[in-house]
Amino acid sequence: MSNIMRRKKLDVWSLVTFIVLGLYVLFLIYPLFNLLAQSVVDKKTGAFTMAYFIKFFSKPYYFNTLLNSFKVTFAVTLLTVLLGTPLAYFFTRFEIRGKGFLRVLIILSSMSAPFIGAYSWILLLGRNGVITQFFRESMGIQFPSIYGFTGILVVLTLQLYPLIFLYITGALKNVDNSLLEAAENLGCSGFRRFRIIVIPLILPTLFAGGLLVFMRSLADFGTPMLIGEGFRTFPVTIFNEFISELGGDDGFAAAISIIAIIITTFIFLIQRYLSTRKTFTMNSMNKIRPIKATGLTKVLIHIYSYGLIGLSIMPQFYIFYTSFKKVNGTTFVPGYSFGSYATAFDRVGRAITNTLLIPGVSLVIIVFFAAFIAYITVRRRNVFTGIADTVSMVPYIIPGSVVGITLLIAFNKPPILLSGTMLIMVIGLVLRRLPYTIRSSVAVLQQIPLNIEEAAQSLGASKLKTFYKITMPMMAAGLVAGAILSWVTMISELATAILLYTGRTKTLTVEIYTQIIRGNYGIAAALSTILAVLTVTSLLIFNKISGSSEISM
Amino acid sequence: MSVNISVRNAVKRYGAVTIIPDLSIEIKDKEFFTLLGPSGCGKTTLLRMIAGFNTIEGGEFYFNETCINEMEVSKRNIGMVFQNYAIFPHYTVQQNVEFGLKNRRLSRDEIKNATREFLELMQIQEYHDRMPERLSGGQQQRVALARALVIKPDVLLMDEPLSNLDAKLRLEMRQAIRNLQKEVGITTVYVTHDQEEAMAISDRIAVMKDGVIQHVGTPQEIYHRPANIFVATFIGRTNLLNAHYSAANKSIQLDDFSFPMENIAASEEGPVVLSIRPEDFTMSKEDSGGIKSTITDSIFLGLNTHFMVALPGGQEIEIIHESVLDLDFKSGDRVYLTIKVDKINVFSEDGNRNLSRDV
Repeated sequence: MSNIMRRKKLDVWSLVTFIVLGLYVLFLIYPLFNLLAQSVVDKKTGAFTMAYFIKFFSKPYYFNTLLNSFKVTFAVTLLTVLLGTPLAYFFTRFEIRGKGFLRVLIILSSMSAPFIGAYSWILLLGRNGVITQFFRESMGIQFPSIYGFTGILVVLTLQLYPLIFLYITGALKNVDNSLLEAAENLGCSGFRRFRIIVIPLILPTLFAGGLLVFMRSLADFGTPMLIGEGFRTFPVTIFNEFISELGGDDGFAAAISIIAIIITTFIFLIQRYLSTRKTFTMNSMNKIRPIKATGLTKVLIHIYSYGLIGLSIMPQFYIFYTSFKKVNGTTFVPGYSFGSYATAFDRVGRAITNTLLIPGVSLVIIVFFAAFIAYITVRRRNVFTGIADTVSMVPYIIPGSVVGITLLIAFNKPPILLSGTMLIMVIGLVLRRLPYTIRSSVAVLQQIPLNIEEAAQSLGASKLKTFYKITMPMMAAGLVAGAILSWVTMISELATAILLYTGRTKTLTVEIYTQIIRGNYGIAAALSTILAVLTVTSLLIFNKISGSSEISM
Repeated sequence: MSVNISVRNAVKRYGAVTIIPDLSIEIKDKEFFTLLGPSGCGKTTLLRMIAGFNTIEGGEFYFNETCINEMEVSKRNIGMVFQNYAIFPHYTVQQNVEFGLKNRRLSRDEIKNATREFLELMQIQEYHDRMPERLSGGQQQRVALARALVIKPDVLLMDEPLSNLDAKLRLEMRQAIRNLQKEVGITTVYVTHDQEEAMAISDRIAVMKDGVIQHVGTPQEIYHRPANIFVATFIGRTNLLNAHYSAANKSIQLDDFSFPMENIAASEEGPVVLSIRPEDFTMSKEDSGGIKSTITDSIFLGLNTHFMVALPGGQEIEIIHESVLDLDFKSGDRVYLTIKVDKINVFSEDGNRNLSRDV
């Protein structure tokens, strides 16, 4: 009897489960084990060695990059929470002039690649930045240096606080207004109420948002590379060690990568532990409605909101502006022209088509896999789908440059030679972005009652037919909305692409980065603007499809 | 075609937890059969085993002579109506009803005619091109019924189909379902926790508790002669009173009041539990040989008035009387109770057995 039952369970979804698991074993598990092996095996003798790890921890030159990364990442996380949380609370609690427009600006400022922000801040506040020069020449004031720790902190904070804002805004939607009224009724209001009632309720979300900021900030490669100068963080070290012209050291880069993964895993587990202990089930019957602020409160709230958002969108606007400036060689000269755009289109070659093609192909794969994986983990709970679920989340905690290195080391020789191909870039993007899309697909699927599928089956539809005639169409809107956000993230991705690209697979971000390094600021600005236009267009489509301005990462 | 359903020694387990230990029933051809019980009693689990949505850990399920244990859901030819209707939100009313027919590879004309027939039967033809979100609860219910019946299923399964409707619509749909079932003539298994609904709609009812069937019978049988105390209290209201049965005199001793009781099969003597429904007491101000009691409270509910009455031994009972214009009984009044003895049920002390002879 039990034998028969077991055979019956092997349906089309079992097949999907095993295909998914097989692909993950090939493109994630195997490369990771390979990475681990590289990090502890001596290249020449083939013997086991801890030399790479000892090298990292014994030389301050390397070890300090880890400390630097932690310093700046903790500072960024703390600052984004301190800036983003009040902003989200103000937006939920008070009427603010031009709120819809401000919200768009917040999202826009978070959607660009951080290194573009870094480069813009250098143009503004760097040694020869326009603001620095203005103050130095007209008033003789020397601005503090934007390079190093401060620069990374400013750029990443302004880039990442919108994540906290979006997370907290979402959480506040679930806080019932009656809770605030009850608190006030019992004599607790204003900041005290925010501190002892609101904060504890949104704490799990705060942790989740904090984790995301932490991971993004820790893994960011472009910003410290451009604005960090002497302040080296470890994605930069990984990159340098691996790519170094003087014969990159795979083993050492692998060892640093392993250290990075251990650290991020650790942080992830702490966050999990903290947030599961403090989760509340809330069902908001009446949402918090914005009230009119008066007097000083009103003024302060407006100054805060406009100030912060203005500051974070400024780099974008400045780049937009410089893209129309006249360029002579590599320097801006007075006057305006479309010269930068002309040169850009002339030189970039395939970068624009690549930017549409590589994330485009990745997106299609991501949508299908996310739908399949979400389906098996929600509807077919068993040991194997559980494993698929866990494995699919692994890339969430692996920094982008480590994903790049892992794939390169695994697939740079036969039998599977993928380095230099478009496929390896697609795999990199798919691995990195799938966790997010799976989460959002799971959320969508959980909203669809199981009964609907049972009804279809009772009416004679097969399992596969039920999936594509009933489940997929019902998931479609949610899937597409999630996909567009993935798309936006992928077209501005740098950390993985910079390791995997070749001349033929160069993307816009890689091209922009190259042009900045070469000092061709005009071209870089023009390309950044093109990228921004792509982003804005995508977001407009997102709004149209999802029918709301809600964005979750 | 219609079929009889036979369930033999069914077992349902979720991991280490056994929901249904060993259950057998026979559901007759064209019968309206209801699974009734409190939440968590396993009634929906059993229904979903028949439908094929739940795995079967033991026993056999038959439609006529065919064992369906291993049959795919889509091959069982069942019509199913869900608690939340499960209308496909991205299809119109007509597309919803057509869905099952299209899976059966019928000709275009057959699909069209059958769909029209059932839309008309359920009186929703005028909404045929509407999207489900623009339908009321009752209309969605009708779509769900039409969709389930249009495929000419062998068996109709319904899982608490009325629980999402308001009270008035519930009565209306209850009647509609009953009439439809008789008209189409289809074996129907219906799940509900509402005992009044079950009695109104069913040919036979199985009362379930903890995965075990307590009593199978017509509504009259389970109301008048419940198999045990659980059924007696779950179906309708009743008063449970501790008493003593004397086999020698064939009489019941209730406190210091005694009355003859012929209708008992058992010969054993000793403590018993009486189940007396609130309407089976008569109250009188005059002492004509009744139990001397005191009214402690009364609740006026329109059609009836409920009285709380204390017996001389201290046990409290509830009595229901039709309301009258001049309220002649009030709290504190001394009254004399007589009992409609033939309607009493006598249970063994543990409550598991009905001792009445005609059970």
